[in-house]
Amino acid sequence: MSGGSRATLRQKEPLPDVALPAPRGLGRAKARPSLRQGAELTLLLGPALVLFVGFVLVPIGVAVYYSLYNWQGFGPLTDFIGFGNYRRALSDPVFQHAIWHNLIIAGLSLLIQLPLSIGIALLLNRKMRGRNFLRLVVFAPYVLSSAVTAVTWMLMLQPGGFIDQLFKGVGLGSWVHAWLADTHLVLYTIFLVATWQYMGFGIVLLLAGLQGIPHELREAAALDGATAWQTTRQVTLPLLGPTIRIWIFLSMIGSLQLFDLVWIMTGGGPAGASTTMATYLIDKGFRSYEFGYGSAVAVVLFVICFVFALLYQRFALRRDTAGALTRMVR
Amino acid sequence: MAVVAATPADVGDHGGGQGKQGRPSSPLGTALAYFVGVVIVVITVVPLLFVILGGFRTTAQINENPSGLPNPWVWENYRAILTSRSFWHFLMNSALIAVVATGLTVILGAMAAFALSRYVFKGREVLYALFTIGLLFPLTVAALPLYLQLRRLGLLENMFGVAIPEAAFSLSITIVILRPFMRAIPGELEDAAVVDGSSRLGFFWRVLLPLSAPALTTVAILAFVTSWNFYILPLLVFNDSIHYTLPLGVATFQSQYSQDTARVFAFTALSMLPTLLFFSIAQRRIVGGLTGAVKG
Repeated sequence: MSGGSRATLRQKEPLPDVALPAPRGLGRAKARPSLRQGAELTLLLGPALVLFVGFVLVPIGVAVYYSLYNWQGFGPLTDFIGFGNYRRALSDPVFQHAIWHNLIIAGLSLLIQLPLSIGIALLLNRKMRGRNFLRLVVFAPYVLSSAVTAVTWMLMLQPGGFIDQLFKGVGLGSWVHAWLADTHLVLYTIFLVATWQYMGFGIVLLLAGLQGIPHELREAAALDGATAWQTTRQVTLPLLGPTIRIWIFLSMIGSLQLFDLVWIMTGGGPAGASTTMATYLIDKGFRSYEFGYGSAVAVVLFVICFVFALLYQRFALRRDTAGALTRMVR
Repeated sequence: MAVVAATPADVGDHGGGQGKQGRPSSPLGTALAYFVGVVIVVITVVPLLFVILGGFRTTAQINENPSGLPNPWVWENYRAILTSRSFWHFLMNSALIAVVATGLTVILGAMAAFALSRYVFKGREVLYALFTIGLLFPLTVAALPLYLQLRRLGLLENMFGVAIPEAAFSLSITIVILRPFMRAIPGELEDAAVVDGSSRLGFFWRVLLPLSAPALTTVAILAFVTSWNFYILPLLVFNDSIHYTLPLGVATFQSQYSQDTARVFAFTALSMLPTLLFFSIAQRRIVGGLTGAVKG
């Protein structure tokens, strides 16, 4: 009875602000349709809001509060130390190294994974036998849990194990190292394992992006005398821009939150050589029950992610997502 | 890793339907493409095969030659794990949590997306913006605060302590995917439903939800895969191994039975199996869903 009268209004954007009831303005609403709409909105939005506020927003908010105290997780919060926890975190060399390690992983992803993925996607974007099979296989590691990936590679990388034998087998025995026990190497080993797990996803994503580019554009460029390389650089890559920007976003957020692989394979060791911000957070806050301090580290981590995401969305993704939102979903 | 929900995006068609196009191919380029393709497949598959085959060997065989083939083939490792209770426990726990998390996400997400897409009310855009905040940081970042919250609520050592936060964090991407989809469904359909005497909720239930099936599948797959593979939250919430999920079980098994390498191989191989099986059955949907959800 109530909905139909607004059926035409509803489609108009931006919303006309005329006499439409507030979502839960039950008390003030006089007309029955408004009352009914308020009730429906409460019913529809209420559960999701409760869940979201209770398990996403409140924990973060409360963490800010805890972070100002010296607190072991039990009893009342009495030992107020202001920004002491933050000062301690930011001046702890282990935490500084952890941030640095995350940045190294992020940098390596940009410098190695991205060009490699683009190159492979460009190469595979052609008529070839078994391309669907290839997409499927390449994607498979991405759906495995990172715990399985971590254990698989620990087995592969055991001293004297498969990888070492492989190197010896092809005459590169001198390259064999203690992949996960060498402080200079361990971070790069983990990066390679992460690459094994996530690169296929990137390739499939980029292939999908490439297939969205009308081939007439390439043909037109070719007719105008452009070489294959020129066409790729000046037609294909710019049009692939949105996909690449999404890839970068996912990759950066992934690098900042790197935890599972490190925690299982090395626990952040040896000697803190592979500690990331997230493993540091769990190690400090959880293993040693320093919840006040751990909360401060969590807030720092949260702020880093949040600021990066906001800036990136504001400056790099804006055009892309504006378009994406208005397009139809299949 | 969990799927990092990223940005407002759509679900495009990349089921390979447009495969006709592609570059005018030079023979050299094509040869190179096949070569690279083979290399990638080998790099991807060898570690998986290594683990699966390793499960058919004895620890002595593995120690003697890590990269050899099973000789003779041994079924004992797989048999022992498949007849152990813990493996089935982990599997059931993972499945239960994933089903609850997915159900909550899809049901609550669809309801919220319906309200945010087809009702007009003050503060709608603010609410929508609020939900999108969840896209800006992954659950890992909030793991410790979340643990403290769960402890306050008495949800530790409880499967809901894992499933509910997973659902809460999946709500963002779910709403971001569903809202434009639901909005794009023509208003005439709703008018027609009203003329036929349907209420708005009736329209939601009988018309909108069935029409949204493709988008609902996408968000369900996203939520399920994320939950199934999640590691950090079960790690914090569960102490008693009776509650462990499969990822947690694999990691623990590996450290507990490090002497019995063959057993670790078999356990790891078996915990890949459900994922790989599910993936090969629903691969088109999964690849489309996971890449589509983040595609710009």
